[in-house]
Amino acid sequence: MELREKLEILADAAKYDASCASSGTEKRDSRDGGLGSTEGMGICHAYAPDGRCISLLKVLLTNACVFDCAYCINRASSNVRRARFSVREIVGLTLDFYRRNYIEGLFLSSGIIRSPDYTMEQIVRVARELREVHGFKGYIHLKTIPDADPALLAEAGRHADRLSINVELPQQSSLKTLAPEKDAGRIRVAMAGLRTRIEEAKEARAEAARPRVAMKGGPRAAAPRFAPAGQSTQMIVGADASTDATVLDTSTHLYGSYRLKRVYFSAYSPIPDASALLPPVAPPLVREHRLYQADWLLRFYGFTAPEIMAGGENGMLDLEVDPKLAWALKHRWMFPVDINRADREMLLRVPGLGAKTVDRVLSSRRVRSFRMADLARLRVSLRKVAPFITAIDHHPRAGLLDRQDLRAMLVPRDGLADRAAILPGGLMPRPVQLPLFAHA
Amino acid sequence: MHEVALATPDDFEGWRTAARALVMAGIPPEEVEWRAEGDPVPLFGGGPPPAPPADAPPPRVPRGFPDLAQLVIRHRDPGRFALLHGLLYRLQHERGLLDDAADPAVSRANAMARAVRRDAHKMHAFVRFREVRVEDGALAAPLAAPDPVAVPDTPAPARNARSVALALRDHGALEEAAEAPPAPPAPRAPEPPPESRFVAWYEPEHHILRAESAFFTRRFAMLRWSILTPALSAHWDGEAVTFGPGARRADAPAEDAAETLWRAYFASIFNPARLKPDAMRAEMPRKYWRNLPEAQDIPRLMQEAPRRVAEMVARGATPPVERRQRAIHLPAIIRAAQPEAAGSVDSPMPADLLTPNESFAEAQAALRRDLLARNDLPPWTANATQPVMGEGPQHPLLMFVGEQPGDEEDLKGHPFVGPAGRLWNKALEEAGVTRDEAYVTNAVKHFKFTPTGKRRLHQSPDAGDITFYRPFLLREIDFVGPRLIVTLGATALRAVSGRAMPVTKLRSSLLRDPEGRPFYPTVHPSYLLRLPDPAAKAREYDRFVEDLGQAAATARNLPAR
Repeated sequence: MELREKLEILADAAKYDASCASSGTEKRDSRDGGLGSTEGMGICHAYAPDGRCISLLKVLLTNACVFDCAYCINRASSNVRRARFSVREIVGLTLDFYRRNYIEGLFLSSGIIRSPDYTMEQIVRVARELREVHGFKGYIHLKTIPDADPALLAEAGRHADRLSINVELPQQSSLKTLAPEKDAGRIRVAMAGLRTRIEEAKEARAEAARPRVAMKGGPRAAAPRFAPAGQSTQMIVGADASTDATVLDTSTHLYGSYRLKRVYFSAYSPIPDASALLPPVAPPLVREHRLYQADWLLRFYGFTAPEIMAGGENGMLDLEVDPKLAWALKHRWMFPVDINRADREMLLRVPGLGAKTVDRVLSSRRVRSFRMADLARLRVSLRKVAPFITAIDHHPRAGLLDRQDLRAMLVPRDGLADRAAILPGGLMPRPVQLPLFAHA
Repeated sequence: MHEVALATPDDFEGWRTAARALVMAGIPPEEVEWRAEGDPVPLFGGGPPPAPPADAPPPRVPRGFPDLAQLVIRHRDPGRFALLHGLLYRLQHERGLLDDAADPAVSRANAMARAVRRDAHKMHAFVRFREVRVEDGALAAPLAAPDPVAVPDTPAPARNARSVALALRDHGALEEAAEAPPAPPAPRAPEPPPESRFVAWYEPEHHILRAESAFFTRRFAMLRWSILTPALSAHWDGEAVTFGPGARRADAPAEDAAETLWRAYFASIFNPARLKPDAMRAEMPRKYWRNLPEAQDIPRLMQEAPRRVAEMVARGATPPVERRQRAIHLPAIIRAAQPEAAGSVDSPMPADLLTPNESFAEAQAALRRDLLARNDLPPWTANATQPVMGEGPQHPLLMFVGEQPGDEEDLKGHPFVGPAGRLWNKALEEAGVTRDEAYVTNAVKHFKFTPTGKRRLHQSPDAGDITFYRPFLLREIDFVGPRLIVTLGATALRAVSGRAMPVTKLRSSLLRDPEGRPFYPTVHPSYLLRLPDPAAKAREYDRFVEDLGQAAATARNLPAR
């Protein structure tokens, strides 16, 4: 089989994994030899028409697999064409793409063949070859097979920047039905093991960086390296009946238990070769987007999962508006908030004010009292915040917050909500052409 | 009016020297015309500004200003020098000016810095190198160093790039991928030949090439590369970057053999079911497309997407393939993966009908298996990593029963390895009990917690939890057979005795459980950790050690079981 054909099959097989991040690792560069650099910030080298960032060469070593997970294109019972890269081919592709500045590095995963150890060994071999033979200093993300030998995991962590193990489904019961060979308990045990190793390596590095008094026994051995960019996981959304509340609850527990850098959500997407257990439907992209927004509120805005869910109904998030606005609409009595006096916690709850903006407001407030034009200079969408705040020259219209149709006014409709009703005259953020005789 | 001319559009040092002198001379921003190469000639030219008085104090700036100014200088807006001069002038008497992001001038400077940062980030992302053999086509731009002549006896390579990957065809690939022979140890993949140069054509929006060449130097120090832009070109020879005049797109190579593979990758990694062209364009605006080889395929990919998805949905589920992947190893993987289900007719007798000659290790394994096989586990256990079972010798002097595993125990799968466990270990040693005289377990086998951001807060088990795990604990007590049980804390006391009882009243006394087995209650070591007062902590710790010593002494006088 031609290399190009293999690449097409094995990239296609890898595209259902959402992660392509190349951020959060140690700084390295090639001025002392080798090829490549990492600078903490990930770089998206291209965007596909699905809006997703292409940062890493994301491929499977092979799409052959002995597991039969219903949601997976590569399951054993699928009719998909199978291919397998040799170690040399992946190494060559990675280096070729990297030199031309197409990618930040490699994301390597694989179907399970022969045994977990055999598969993990093949994955590790690619990383070892890149690092040790070619002095590759770009980013490497390796999928970790939960049941592989700890010695292999230790080596994977030595070469990789990030490791990941996918939990795939939010509930153990769904996993039993759709992925009979996977075991939620063992996935969690493996994640726990990664967390322990990641933290040990971090502590050892901090220890090594500390200045010490001279000791007998010569220089200390270099601290072991283990996945400096941490671990992440992925959950498929919409393949089982789990509610958003369950998804967020599971992700909250995963963040807390295993210190994950990221829990990715991936809308279950139709695959060319679907299983009878999961017939193809359009992927729930909006739901996925809302879950990411909720995840953000949980991690950076001081919201709790029950608060977020209170913005929705029956354990599902509101699809029409973002979770923050949904929460505000159900807690109208807490608004309007005085932009010149409210504390940080309350400002973070105002729809349309991001964490950075809130920090800027707080630091500017020491020298000025905010008018709406000042907010506009902080790149705030006045239309979005207007109903929820007061400023020196702005009070929401009387009764606006009590109106039944406030939600309808704020739901983005072709980008034009009913501005005139929200903003007092003279505060049009963007001029709108109004018909001369507006319909009453 | 004064006029200041700068050497290059991004001449930060020149700007800084001039601006310092202007502020020291007390010349306000509105009396200065700034000009850099390429800027329009000012309407009102003037002479150079006067030298500042010798005793004038140099201007002072807050820490963030130099970084901000360096970014703003690279912006293409001709007003950038005056804007920065204005900020520098005001900073002399408005100390906190930069913290007021709503100030019009600060807001404008921040916006410019943001634009420059974004432009730099996009340059790091969207520069696309093409490999050229230098002896084939000399670059239009002068190179910094003469190129080494190719070794004469090597055959002349093909025009333009020679992709390493193409040379790596693997003719042995099999349809049945799992059958493919393991790859032989890979020889070194050929590195680019030394006479290769990687050349890119790029059109930045702002004057960033000089600053951003450092990024490419760090990343590609071992390659030789050139980045050609309309206003300036940068060339790296392995030692230093040389800047030359601007270039035209035609000066850069027109193709590269790896692009076919890259475009194939781009098309395959795209998921047609997730078409979101707006999200793509927000991050990769059209203006960049003409210099991105992969972007040629975007219109086609977008056009085909709806049809591809419709076909997938119309096809529905496909019947499973006849010849499944070889699954010789599957049974082994699955066996390892799943605890044996309890209770089928073929399985061995359930563990509660243990024969006395069954080994201790087997009894422990059976207990764990039976616990995992239960389908009525409390729902919160789904969030725990694993059950944490007891550890220690059979027929020990003492069997310690704790409350439940904590954060560390949950991660590592062993009891008493966290902070409280370490304290208990220390106390045990001080009480003169060796580890081979003690078996340790918990009343509740899973970690119950509330997630809070990054930490897991221990949650006390409730009566229902204790009741659920109690039969497992009693079975464990049976096969461990200690001389004396020591309950640590209220949960353990309740689990062993079967009733809620006050630890403080009963501690340090010898009691009997409903079965008549002797047990000895004391506090849980985590209680010692929570005491805020160091004196109270030391006092309570001593009392705990005393308790353990007393328990050991009591146990030594009890019959072995």
